Parts: sequence; C-alpha cells; structure tokens
Amino acid sequence: MTSKIPESLPFSIVRSTFASKVAFLGFIVVFIAAVTLPWWGGRADMRLVVEFCYYLALAQLWNLLAGYGGLVSIGQQAFIGLGGYAFFMMAAFFDVPPLLAIFLSGVVTMLFAIPTAFLVFRLSGAYFAIGTWVVAEVYRLSFAQVSTLGGGSGMSLPISVVKSISASKLEREILIYFLALLLAMGVVTALYVLLRSSWGLALTAIRDSEAAAESLGVKKQMTKYAVYLFAAFGTGLCGAIIFLNKLRISPDSAFSVSDWTANIIFIVVIGGIGTLEGPIIGTLVFFILRGVLADFGAWYMIFLGIVAVVVMLKAPQGVWGLVAKRYGIQLFPVGRKLM
Amino acid sequence: MSWIDAILQGTLLGGQYALYAAGLSLIFGVMRLVNIAHGDLIILGAYIALVCVEMLGLHPLLSMIIVCPTMFAIGYWMQKLVLNKTLGNDILPPLLVTFGLSIILQNVLMEVFSADSQRLQSGVLDTASLQLTDELTIGWLPLICFVTAVIVIASLQFLFYRTTMGMVFRATSDKAEIVQLMGVKKDRVFALAMGIALAVVGIASVFMAMRTNFDPSVGPGRLLYAFEAVIIGGLGNIWGTLLGGIIIGVSQAIGAQINPGWQQLAGHLAFLLILIFRPNGLFPRTKD
Amino acid sequence: MSNHVLNQPILYTQKLTAFYGDFQALFGIEFHLNIGETVAIIGSNGAGKTTFLRSITGLLCNEPSSVKFSGQPIGASSPDEIVKLGIAMVPEGRQLFPSLSVEENLRMGSLSGRSGQWDLRNIYELFPVLKERRHHGSMDLSGGQQQMVAIGRALMANPSILLCDEISLGLAPIIIKDIYRALPAICSEGVTVVVVEQDIRQAMAVSDRVYCFQEGRISLEGRPDELTTEAITHAYFGLEDAVS
Repeated sequence: MTSKIPESLPFSIVRSTFASKVAFLGFIVVFIAAVTLPWWGGRADMRLVVEFCYYLALAQLWNLLAGYGGLVSIGQQAFIGLGGYAFFMMAAFFDVPPLLAIFLSGVVTMLFAIPTAFLVFRLSGAYFAIGTWVVAEVYRLSFAQVSTLGGGSGMSLPISVVKSISASKLEREILIYFLALLLAMGVVTALYVLLRSSWGLALTAIRDSEAAAESLGVKKQMTKYAVYLFAAFGTGLCGAIIFLNKLRISPDSAFSVSDWTANIIFIVVIGGIGTLEGPIIGTLVFFILRGVLADFGAWYMIFLGIVAVVVMLKAPQGVWGLVAKRYGIQLFPVGRKLM
Repeated sequence: MSWIDAILQGTLLGGQYALYAAGLSLIFGVMRLVNIAHGDLIILGAYIALVCVEMLGLHPLLSMIIVCPTMFAIGYWMQKLVLNKTLGNDILPPLLVTFGLSIILQNVLMEVFSADSQRLQSGVLDTASLQLTDELTIGWLPLICFVTAVIVIASLQFLFYRTTMGMVFRATSDKAEIVQLMGVKKDRVFALAMGIALAVVGIASVFMAMRTNFDPSVGPGRLLYAFEAVIIGGLGNIWGTLLGGIIIGVSQAIGAQINPGWQQLAGHLAFLLILIFRPNGLFPRTKD
Repeated sequence: MSNHVLNQPILYTQKLTAFYGDFQALFGIEFHLNIGETVAIIGSNGAGKTTFLRSITGLLCNEPSSVKFSGQPIGASSPDEIVKLGIAMVPEGRQLFPSLSVEENLRMGSLSGRSGQWDLRNIYELFPVLKERRHHGSMDLSGGQQQMVAIGRALMANPSILLCDEISLGLAPIIIKDIYRALPAICSEGVTVVVVEQDIRQAMAVSDRVYCFQEGRISLEGRPDELTTEAITHAYFGLEDAVS
C-alpha cells in the first residue's frame, strides 16, 4: 500500500506493516472460526459471541464519536432504545418483515438523531456529554408514557412475529448469531474504510485541533453531524438486534445508562480510546473480567470502574496504547508512516 | 387555584434543585470541571445522614453537623488524590474519570446499603405546614429548604466576591498557572473548592433524604437537575442557579399537575426549550 | 543600575537544559546573578529567554541542582515554593487576573507571605495612577497601567530577585520610559533584577551586565560598556553562517 509520490523524495509513505499482515492472517482465522461456530460450538458459545459482537459494535461506534470525533456521549442508550423500540413497533404493529425492520430501525434512529444533534450540538465538551444524557432521559420517560407500548413495564415481541422469523428456536438463534456477526464485522470494516479515507483524515484533524482543521477548509460542523448520525444509525441497528435477541423491551432496560453506555465507555477506555484495536481488546478484557467476577454481583462493576479510572489516570492510551507504544505495531493500518 | 399552588410548590422545590446545582456551579467556576459523579455524591451524603440519624439518634437537620464536614473531607481528598491528576487541556480524563467514579459509587452504595428505598423521618416537620390562604398551604420543610438555599447561595456569593479565599478562587479560575507564581498551590485551591462544593452537597443531601425516597440508583437524576439548573441560570452565575432550579421545579410541578407521569419529563423539556432559544442560559457570566 | 553590587552570586544555573516534549529549548545554560545587580537578557524570538525564566520560577521542572538560589538547589521546586524563597516574576504578557480589581491583583502578590518593605502603600507611591484606579477591573486599564500592576504584584511578594519578562512588549516608547523609570527605585530597595528584553538599547541602558541568548545557548556575556555593536549583532542574530 505505498501511496504515489514523486520518486525523487527520499522516503515513502506506507500504511501496512509486518504486524498488520500477521494480524490480517489472524483475522482470517478468527473469521473462519466465527462463521463455522454454529456447526461446532454450543448454543451458550453462540450467545456469548452474539453479546460480544454487539458490545464490540457499540464500543467501536462510541469510540468513533469520542475517540475520533471528540464527541463524548453519555447518551448512546437513546439510540439503542430507539432502535429497539422502532424494531418492535415495525414488527409488531406494521407487519414489516423482521430483516427489513432491523435495517429500517437503524434508519429511523438516524432520523431521530437529527433533532437530537440539533439540540446537543449547542453544548460543547462535558456539557455535550450531559446534554446527550438528558435527551436519552427524555426518550426513556416519553416511551414510558405510551400505553400501546406497554408504558413503563414494556412489551414482548408477539409470538406470531417470533414464529415468522423462524419456526425453531435453534434456527432463530443461528439467524441472530449471523446478524450479530455481520453487524460487528460491518461496523469494524466500515470504520476501517472510513478512517483510511480523506474523510477520516479530516476527522482526526478536527480532533487534534479544531481551529487548525477549519483554517485548512475542513467543514467542522458538517463532519461532526455526519459522524453523529452514522453512529446513531449503527447504534440503532445494534439496538434492534439486541432486543430481537431479548424478545422483550422496556424503557428502563432499553434506555439504561448503566447497562449500555457505562459498559461501552469502560470497554473503550480500558482497551484504548482513539484506535480501532482498542475496543476489540477492551471487549475481550470486559468479557474475561465478567466471566471471572461473575459470582461477585455489584463488585464486578466496581472493579471494572476502578480499572477504567486507573487506566485513564495512569495510561490514558489504554491497554492497546501501551502495547502499540511498546512494540510500535498497528493492526489496522489507518495511520500513515514515513519510511 | 391549583395552578398557583403548583407554581408555589414548584418554586420551593426549585430551592432544593438550586442546592444540588450550587456545588456543581462552584466547581465549574473555579476549575472548569464538570463532575459527573455529583449526583451520586448527593446520594452518598444522604446515606451518611441516614447512618448518623440511625446510630446517633440525631434529628435529620442536626445530622448536617456531621454530614457537611464529612463531605468536605471526601471532596478535598477526592480532588487532591484523583481529580487533580485529570485536569489539563484534554476534556476526556476529567469526564471519564468522574463518570467512572459515579458508577463505582453507585455500586458500592448498592453493596453496602442494598437497593432498598430509604427516607429520613423528621417527625413533625414531615407534615407541619403553614396556612397561607384557605386553599394555599406550604410545608415548613420545603420552606426551610428554600430559605436555606437562598442563604447558601448568598454565602457562596459573599465567599466568592468578598473574601481572600474567594479572590484566590477567582484568580485561579482566570489563570491557574499564574496563581502559582503568587505562592499559591493550585492543587490545594482546587481541593478546597471541591471540599466546599461537597459541603454544600451535604446540605442538599439531607433535605433530599427528608423530602423524598432515595436508593443508590437515583444519583444521575439529581446530576441532570443540577446540570440543567446551572445551564439555565448561565454558566458561572451563582444566583442564576437559583433561578434555574426554580424553573426546573416549577416546570415539574406544572407537568405533574397535567399528568402525574409527566413530572420529570416536563423539567427536562423546559431545559431543552431554553437550550433552543438561549443556548448560553438566561444570565451567562463566563465566556466558555 | 545600582552601586551596591556584591560579587557574590545569589542565583546560578549549571548545565540547565529544558525540553518541550521532544524539542530541546535550552542547552546547558551557565548563568549567574550577583546580589544587587541588574542583569539584562537579550535575544531574538525563540532564543529561549522566556523558557529560561520559566525554568527558574519552577513553571518548568528541572534537575534539582541545575538551579541554585543562595546555595540551595531549587531546580525541581514548585513555583509556589520558589516565590516563597524570594524569586518573583512579572510574566510575559502581564498575565493579570481579569476578574480581579487592580487592588485585588496586587493583593494576590502578597499571598506568598514574605514580609518586607513592599506593601500596597509603597506600590501606590511607586505608581500613583494605580491608586486612583485601584477599584477598577484590571482589564479596564491601559497597557502601560496593566504593566505597572504586573510589576507591583510581583513586588508585593517582597522578592530578593525580580524577573521581568518583556515588560516593554507592545507598549508605546513614552510608556516604556515611564515603566523603566521605576526600576532604579526598585533596585535601591535592594532587589536584584533580571530584565528580559528584545529592545537591545533599553537593555543596555538599564543593566550592569548583559547575557545574549541564541537558539537555546548563551552566545555572549559582558558589561554593556565592554561590548561592541558587532559582537552584539553577531550574538543576537547569529550571522556567522550567513557571512562565511
């Protein structure tokens, strides 16, 4: 991947590295293992991978906002809930085919994100963060008022809809499995392509210095809107798949800051903010910790919180940042290196 | 008449929200820090009051004698040991660290006190009320709370503009690096400011615990009210927070009057509405 | 210029270096300051003058023994400790506190708690215009008056060494004259003064000794009357390469 530059220059710009080539092989192995899992793994494994996939996708999208766009949102649960509710409404009341309904949920969520962005973009920095949270609360409280959606206690996906997806439980789980896998891979691939494009460069420039980027002709506000809406679309898709998997939705579970955004933030902070590798490492750490501390109830969240705080204070680049600095490697070659 | 009543009760409730907001405003004023754990610290204060009342048999209002100094010490050391290390040009560390503290605090309270709902009983004060007209009555407790809020905000204003400590706070807010050249340890100034903010939180905690049920999960809600009051009043404007608190309180009371389920929603919507028309709040002081 | 200079260093630096990240701004500076003298530091933009003052005042952290004050290593001390020892600075760009009144800005200077002859009364005697405007916001003042507040604020710390960073920057010549007129009064109170100046003539006129900085190194040192114009131009602009 050597970019074209005049031959007289005494250096070349490269993106791929030895590590990225090894990593590419590794990804292929993981990919094949994941795609074939339903034939060799158990249902519990599948459920775990499904959960892994949506946390990974959510973490990547939050990282796009906070780590690349400088938009720290504590209100991502708004889009998870909107996606979930949009899916339930379309599937239950309008007989939209479930797969189409999932896609449309992402679109609907993105449409809701437009007025949301209009409001929260009036605040900056930490105020933006709390503003997104207020908006998420408004969605939660509003959905709790809609009696056709079961009000505060929520609703279940009607049996007829569940049956229409697939006759047997196993088949449905396999379908959800592939949907989740597709989602995670789709999000990672999309972000990879995005960050390698000139658009990604503009985004990084804005994060590093808004004023400088603007003076170079980067349209700051447009770029931020685009990132925010893209993240809303992806997060809405995640929400639809999450609640298709759960078969039940309520305002408190759909718009929960502690179930969704808290975990996502911890994953990205621990893994390494502002890199594509970080959320992957973070999700792995998250699942390992959860497995190890499963018997300790709330202590698990306390421990996770402490780890995240310590990482933020002592190694703000996260686990991946430490590894990358120590060994100078990059698995997703989105940066450019002078050789 | 019920509308006048709603506005009156909402105004008094606004005093409580102003107490939530005063600490947040002070911290922002001195060090440009937005403390996401602010709401959970209010709940922490409430549990400290609960322990005081149950172990020492104190009246809840008297428990402030212990709650406020304890909260001061917590704030001072939290700032000194943790939050001072996050302050800099990057907004991520303070935001994410205080968010982490919020989740940690919620779960620690959950482990220690369980998720059961609690309330401080204050004897006659729970029901005692003042008859204004035939149809209008106001509870003594909300009234005491409102008056306290006014006194606290006036005191903070005095501290900020009439004392040497306040002078140092303002100077630090202007230029923290230069303050060091005056022989002042800026880390200590920040710790002191957080201590004072949390002492004010202590007062807010006790009133909250006397007036409503609480459990470890309700902190973020208080943070949002406090935040909304600060933004509505205008950043850096201490009296503005009182007005902001009243606007939230009155909106909630009117919302509840229309439909009991709309109480919280109405408060948030009032905030968003003001954000559309006056993004810098009603009376902004500082530029950022 | 003072007449009670003792040949006894009150402050000196040894192999002082400074970095901003990977960028090295100072290379082994060897500087000394005798009690009671007035020293000028000249040099073009980016020569390291301000960085040097920041290192002495503790705003940049160094090896403990790279800066010694009265024999005591202070290279790693914090700014608040250093001002308490008696080194005060008038920072570049004045850096007043905009939310504070003139008098409050001056009072901030006394927070280091050092006792001595400088108090509000003396500062108002030195700069009478400040007394008239003491309750004004510090940003209502003209540039020259703001500079007086900045100098007064530093003096309120009753320093034994006063560091002045570019106090004439951005001011009209007549105002610069006014400001520099206060210098002899300050020196006669026994304060050792370091002025950082881009204006070579001004620096020569007020100082007992001159250092010239160039690209993070001391390129020239001497008494103003010993230095030739050629030597100074050379040390200031570093014309060696261009000429040869």
